[in-house]
Amino acid sequence: MTLADKILAVHADREAVSPGEFINIRVDLILANDVTAPIAIREFHRLGVNKVFDPKKVVMVPDHFVPNKDVASAEQAKLMREFAYEQGIMYFEAGRMGIEHVLLPEQGLVLPGDVVIGADSHTCTYGALGTFATGMGSTDIAAAMATGDIWMKVPPTIKLVYHGEPGEWVGGKDLILYTIGKIGVDGALYSAIEFAGEAVTAMPMDGRFTMANMAIEAGAKAGIFRVDNKTQLYIKSRANRSYSVYEPDGNAEYSQVIEYDVSDIEPQVALPHSPANTKPVSQVGDIEINQVVIGSCTNGRLDDLRLVARILKGRKVHPRVRCIIIPGSQQVYLDALTMGLIEAFIKAGAVVSTPTCGPCLGGHAGVLAAGERCISTTNRNFVGRMGSPESEVYLSNPAVAAASAVTGRITSPEEISG
Amino acid sequence: MLEGKVHKYGANVDTDAIISARYLSVSDPAELARHCMEGIDQDFVSKVQPGDIIMATTNFGCGSSREHAPLAIKASGVSCVIAKNFARIFFRNAINIGLPVLECDAVVDNTGAGDILEIDLSSGKIKNLTNGKVFDVRPYPDFMAELLSAGGLIEYTKQRLAGRRL
Ligand code: SF4
Repeated sequence: MTLADKILAVHADREAVSPGEFINIRVDLILANDVTAPIAIREFHRLGVNKVFDPKKVVMVPDHFVPNKDVASAEQAKLMREFAYEQGIMYFEAGRMGIEHVLLPEQGLVLPGDVVIGADSHTCTYGALGTFATGMGSTDIAAAMATGDIWMKVPPTIKLVYHGEPGEWVGGKDLILYTIGKIGVDGALYSAIEFAGEAVTAMPMDGRFTMANMAIEAGAKAGIFRVDNKTQLYIKSRANRSYSVYEPDGNAEYSQVIEYDVSDIEPQVALPHSPANTKPVSQVGDIEINQVVIGSCTNGRLDDLRLVARILKGRKVHPRVRCIIIPGSQQVYLDALTMGLIEAFIKAGAVVSTPTCGPCLGGHAGVLAAGERCISTTNRNFVGRMGSPESEVYLSNPAVAAASAVTGRITSPEEISG
Repeated sequence: MLEGKVHKYGANVDTDAIISARYLSVSDPAELARHCMEGIDQDFVSKVQPGDIIMATTNFGCGSSREHAPLAIKASGVSCVIAKNFARIFFRNAINIGLPVLECDAVVDNTGAGDILEIDLSSGKIKNLTNGKVFDVRPYPDFMAELLSAGGLIEYTKQRLAGRRL
C-alpha cells in the first residue's frame, strides 16, 4: 500500500484499502474558515444535531476577510465565532490567528498519520507532515462535525520523485510550479501525490508545505511527504498528543511514477491565467508590474520572509510598485519582527500587513484594478482571482517576487544579487 | 426527467469563474445565483432558464472548495452539469447538495451550445433533441446513487444518525 492507502486503511478500521473503493473514515481534525463555515453551520443545524461530535477535533479560523472588510463579512465571521463559542470548539481570533494552513501545523494541531478534512481546498498543505489532508465542501464538514467520520473514495497514488540539488534561488515553489507546468492543472486529478527523492529530503519543512499546498493545483486530493528527521524536529515542540508514522510498502502500487531532475531548473513563473502556464524566469520577457504580493498559505512562512529580506534589505521597492508583504501567522509576524525582517521591509518601502488571506483571493488589502499586473507568491492566477477580471497575476517564489519589487518588472533574484 | 438548453464551455472552468470571491461575503444561494458564471460568461445570468444544462469539457470546477459554486449554479435554475470530468471537490460538493453532475465524453463531443437535451437520471439515458442522438451515461457507483436518492449528504446523514439512535 502507498502512504495514502496506509493512513486511510487505519482510519477505516481496515487491513487494506485499494483505489476506487468507497470507504467511511474517522477524521482527526475538521477545519472551516470564515467563508466556508457559515454554510457548514447552516447545514449542521439542518441535521437536527445540537453538539459537534468532539469539540477538540473541530477548528475554525477566520482568515479570508479578516480583519473584516465590510458588514457582510463581519456578519459571517460573527456567525462562525458564536457557533465556535457555543460549541466550545477551537477558534483563533484576529490578533491570535494566522492563515489556517500556516497556523494549524504551527500550533501542532495536525500531525503525522492524521486524517484531516477542511472546507478549504488548500487543506492538502498538511501533507508535508505525513498527514492525509484534503479539502472538501461545507456540507461535508457539516456531516463530519456531527458524526466524526466522512465518506471517501480511495484515490490512486502518483509518485513524484525529485532528483538532484536545486540551485540557490530554487525552492519548493519552483519544484511544484515546474511539476504543474509539466502535468497540467488536471495532471493528478482525483489522485494522491506522494512526494519523494533526494531533492525533497533535503528541503526544509517550509518548502515542503509550499509543495503540498499546491498539490490541489494539479487536481490532487492530497499531496503527502514521508516523515523524516526534519518532520520530527518540526513537530517535537508542537505536538501535544500522540501520532503515528506510516511508511509506504516497498511494493506499493502507484498509478504513475514520474521522475524529475531539478539540478538545473531555474526559478519558475506561472503566467496568467493558469498555474500550469509556467516558464523559467529568464524566459518570461520584459513584464512590468504594478504590485507584488508576498504571503499566503503557499509562501507566508518564516523561510519565505527570510528570503525576501535577503533581497529587500538595503534596497528600495521601485517607485511605481506597491509591495505588500503578509506574514502567514502572528507567530511568523513576531519572529520576522524579532529578526529585523519587518524593519527591512518597511525601510525598503513595502506594506506590511497583519496576517490575512486578503489579496490572494481578491478579498481585500491589495485588490487589483483593470489592466493592473501583479507578481504574487500565492497559488492561483485564474481570471479575476486578485480583483478585476482584466487584471493579471503571475505566480513565483518569494525571491523572484522581491527582486521584481525592486526593479518594477519580473526579475530573477540572480540579476540583482549577483 | 430533465430537459433544458445547453450552455457550453471549455476546459478548466474554475470556481473563481463560477462565483468570484468578490461575492463570497454572502452565502444565500439566490444572491450567489445573481453572479453565477460571471467570470467566464457575463450574459449567463440573463440567458439561463430553469432546467438549463451547463456543459464543459474537462476539469470543470477546479480551484477552491467553495460550495458557493454548485449552490450558485443550482439556484440559477440549472438542472444538471455535464462534463468529460470534474475537479473532485466540485463533484463531491454537487452530489452532496443534490445537483446532478454527469461525466460523459460522447455527449460532450456531440452536443453544441444551444442544443436541447433530455436526461433520464435513473436510466442514465441522455437524448439530444436537437440532433436526435442518444447517449448512455456510466451509472453512479452504488454508494453515490444511495447518497443522491437520499436527497444529498444531509438527508443521508440524518438517516444514518437515526439508525444509530435506534
Ligand atoms: S491564502 Fe489564499 S489560498 Fe490560502 S487559504 Fe487563504 S485564500 Fe485560500
